[in-house]
Amino acid sequence: MTQTNVADGIALARLPLAQTAPLQYVLRLADNALILGQRNAEWCGHGPVLEEDIALANISLDLIGQARLLYSHAGALEGRLTGRVRHEDDYAYWRSEPEFRNWTLQELPHHGPLAGTARADRDYAVTIMRNFLYSALMAELWPALELSTDTDLAAIAAKSAKEVRYHLHHAADWVVRLGDGTDASHARMQRALDHLLPYMNECFAVDTVEQEVAAQGVGVLTSSLREAWETTVAGTLDDATLQRPAPSAFVSTGKHGVHSEHMSYLLAELQGLARAHPGAQW
Amino acid sequence: MRTHPTPMTSPFAPTFARCDDATPAECPVLPADRLSVAWAALEAVPDPEIPVVSIRDLGILRDVVLADDGQTVEAIITPTYSGCPAMSQIEEDVGRALEAAGLSPWRVRTVLAPAWTTDWITEAGRASLRAFGIAPPGQCASQAPRVGNVRPLRFVPRQPRAPAMAPPDVPPVACPRCGSVHTQELSRFASTACKALYRCLDCREPFDYFKPY
Repeated sequence: MTQTNVADGIALARLPLAQTAPLQYVLRLADNALILGQRNAEWCGHGPVLEEDIALANISLDLIGQARLLYSHAGALEGRLTGRVRHEDDYAYWRSEPEFRNWTLQELPHHGPLAGTARADRDYAVTIMRNFLYSALMAELWPALELSTDTDLAAIAAKSAKEVRYHLHHAADWVVRLGDGTDASHARMQRALDHLLPYMNECFAVDTVEQEVAAQGVGVLTSSLREAWETTVAGTLDDATLQRPAPSAFVSTGKHGVHSEHMSYLLAELQGLARAHPGAQW
Repeated sequence: MRTHPTPMTSPFAPTFARCDDATPAECPVLPADRLSVAWAALEAVPDPEIPVVSIRDLGILRDVVLADDGQTVEAIITPTYSGCPAMSQIEEDVGRALEAAGLSPWRVRTVLAPAWTTDWITEAGRASLRAFGIAPPGQCASQAPRVGNVRPLRFVPRQPRAPAMAPPDVPPVACPRCGSVHTQELSRFASTACKALYRCLDCREPFDYFKPY
């Protein structure tokens, strides 16, 4: 982290929430897209079949594209607050772990709860279930954000809404195919659901940033989309013969900058090249 | 067309030089002709990934206008998908075409709204795609009437239940080789994010389908 970033961070922290909430909100959306894009890209060259390898790479491309647009917009928003416009790469490569505000769900490895912190074996069931749970929510959130009073955010949302529809269809097809598949694939999908569903609590947990952007008309309360999300999820899980685990009180804290033990390993891989060669062009 | 209310600088950070400060003497095209010459120059710019189609026929080139100074030619382009890796290449190609046509000063502006849709692909573009072996996109799902009984391959439970998620309205996709609509989706994602992989059940050939978007 550079001295400039520290100074800007301190300056931002002194501003009232009404001014900084839109920036914080856009960064959460951007971080969600980037971190899941990075995770899914881990399958590139390792997909279970060629079509899935390509599908996941394409989904990552969409997610990283969304992240780039959102970071560029965040840079402009931050520029209006601090007088210093930040570049998309500044956010992706030069922030430290607590500055990332993605939901914890996005950063988890493609593996069950006992995965090690470094690279573990990958379970496609976890990949598919996470993409399904996240896409089913974003398929509601992006269209809602098309009505944002922030016209740049609304434009990004309109593009992302089209993309996430394909991501959702892809993931939902596989949830059904694997859930209603063999005993082995069913068991793995059920384990993935049991593991990941509690992390969705964070997405629906209201906090002051969301309340502020919702009041300004810039963002929406994700909790207001819960019912629509539940309908999509319940229908697909039913088709897939999967059982929802009992509700959990666990709420993860990634969007507040407190991440799981897996995040620093992900960032090391994501940021290592840029940090080894600062300012490199290609 | 509606341009973006607050024009964003390109989110894809073009790195090529601009000819913003050229004097009129360095700009050989007569001011009155600048727009028509620019359109003619840009008609020929192909899409880098599907070179049989121009960026104009794909709907990526949205407009060519003169900037407020009455001199600078401004080409307005829009990305297909958020993460389309061809975008910076397209910006460069547009700039090169304007430069080659002697149109300095010029600039390329990227807009996001209204969001690109495959409905903007022209008839000529669709014909070129088909001839190239790519089935052109149908109307966007939200507007398309349900036609025929050809459905993409969708995995459904073995015990039929009420559909949880209504399957998308999908009109039949005609095989670009034999014209048969007896086709089947193999994968929703193909060689690029904007295409799906299909196969023809009559001529047995696999083909790319440009997804309605």
